[in-house]
Amino acid sequence: MRIGVILRPALVLLLLALVLKPAWFAPVFAPLVPEGTPVIYARSSLLSLSLSHLGLVAAATTAATLVAVTLAILVTRQAGEAFRPLSRTITNLGQTFPPVAVLALAVPALGFGAGPTLVALFLYGLLPIFENAVTGLSTLPPTTMEAARGIGLNRWQRLVQVEVPLALPVMLTGIRLSVVISLGTATIGSTVAARTLGEVIIAGLLTSNTAYVVQGGLIVGLFAVLIYDALVQLEAHLVRRAGG
Amino acid sequence: MIEIDQITKTYNGVSVVDAVTMTVETGTITVIVGTSGSGKTTLLRMINRLEEPSSGEVRINGESTRATKPHLLRRRIGYAIQGHGLFPHHTVARNIGAVPKLLNWPKDRIRTRVDELLALFSMDPEQFRDRFPAELSGGQQQRVGVARALASRPDLLLMDEPFGALDPIIRARAQDDLRRIQKALGSTIMLVTHDMEEAIRLGDRVAVMDSGRLVQHGTPAEIIAHPATTFVADMVGDVERPLRLLSLVPLSEVVEDGAATGDGLPADASLRDALSSCLWTGRTAVPVERDGAVIGRVTLDAIRARAELRA
Ligand SMILES: Nc1ncnc2c1ncn2[C@@H]1O[C@H](COP(=O)(O)OP(=O)(O)O)[C@@H](O)[C@H]1O
Ligand SMILES: [Mg+2]
Repeated sequence: MRIGVILRPALVLLLLALVLKPAWFAPVFAPLVPEGTPVIYARSSLLSLSLSHLGLVAAATTAATLVAVTLAILVTRQAGEAFRPLSRTITNLGQTFPPVAVLALAVPALGFGAGPTLVALFLYGLLPIFENAVTGLSTLPPTTMEAARGIGLNRWQRLVQVEVPLALPVMLTGIRLSVVISLGTATIGSTVAARTLGEVIIAGLLTSNTAYVVQGGLIVGLFAVLIYDALVQLEAHLVRRAGG
Repeated sequence: MIEIDQITKTYNGVSVVDAVTMTVETGTITVIVGTSGSGKTTLLRMINRLEEPSSGEVRINGESTRATKPHLLRRRIGYAIQGHGLFPHHTVARNIGAVPKLLNWPKDRIRTRVDELLALFSMDPEQFRDRFPAELSGGQQQRVGVARALASRPDLLLMDEPFGALDPIIRARAQDDLRRIQKALGSTIMLVTHDMEEAIRLGDRVAVMDSGRLVQHGTPAEIIAHPATTFVADMVGDVERPLRLLSLVPLSEVVEDGAATGDGLPADASLRDALSSCLWTGRTAVPVERDGAVIGRVTLDAIRARAELRA
């Protein structure tokens, strides 16, 4: 906890500097490349790449959350219980497919650009969110659920006022896992011309420019760590409020 | 008045509640007592239709419970359970106000009611209103659970082992509170327990269940003095029968003129308290007091006569 108080703002500042003022880091990265090669990626602004990268992840995660949570709610109702194995198979399928294969297969259908990447991220995000939402919704405290029925909440009221709020911390865990996976996976999206931070890394790999690779990797890594941390804090806050 | 009419619940061909019929008068406490698995919870849950009866019917003030949608019926019937079942993510006030909110009471009326109930359960509204259940002791959680069940002034309050999770001292206080509050509000209560002591202490009527059947339904004194079956006799406990009987009789009923030495007892204490006091201090009589003034005495002989009377 104590170390987080210092480390967190330090990492945020480092990330901001890397994205907004990349030139500051030229002396740091210079030893990584031979004399005369560019040290700092300049073909497009790192800020716009970052925003586009985060935007793709946000859009895909939002869609995956909506679908996975809806599915989880349906299969945890009495009437939908029979569909639980089937829906699990479907969401598992999304995970088993390697992201590169999804990208490759989606290109003919959706063309180059953000489309295939969104599809891959969406499919990849489904499983952890679905699994966690199902767990959260099927392990609610039984006396609370008995009381919720007993005092006269109808199904919808029980779902909205009791089940979802109580399952929320566990659902958030799934969303957190999904976001972190997507942040990494999105880098591959630049192979099919999606604008993500992967562009920097791939440019580095193609031209044997280690400075680019480190620069891109560092930014993606810092985003992942900080977003992960923020979501952990949010979960902890929700659990505390629920008296867990 | 609650009429339970030939109500039966069958699971896989086994009747876990078997043709139970009984009537509960408005403004009284009926305690359903029996061993674990005797069908008490199932009987109670059929009254608010958490469980649908296989056959038979329940009428509340003459109206069949089948005439109302289950969730609407439940808003008219209070329900308190062991382990309280409070909503952990809602404050005390929001928990207690849950049913009034479902019934669309205006906000300020809910607020007034919540504070009134907290005060009734000896919990300072200022201090407790905005707490979460996890910030309360076990006894306080349980009181909030009962307060929630009472909030909308229901026709009937169902309680399933509400004090089961409490330690003995807190439990005795909770029972006294319930009696006091029931008297003050005139509520009709059906309470389930496996503890005969609790049944005798709380019940105007006691209903004894054995393997799904109602084997006896009567006043605590009747149950103790004339157990209908050996099962009921076992539940009451042979050794303790005289003491249980004495615990039902207040001193005011047998007080006589005359003097006695030593510390007095209040007129609403029981003969069991008086006997205990006599034995402990080696006296043959104790003074009886009302509002601090001695109004007479109760003698050991009088106590003995009452213990033998119906046994
Ligand atoms: N949903 C159910 N399905 C099958 N049997 C049940 C169900 N609910 C309760 N029972 C059985 O009914 C009997 C009575 O249970 P219950 O009413 O909970 O008893 P009590 O509250 O007196 O302990 C028990 O034998 C229990 O196993
Ligand atoms: Mg029970």
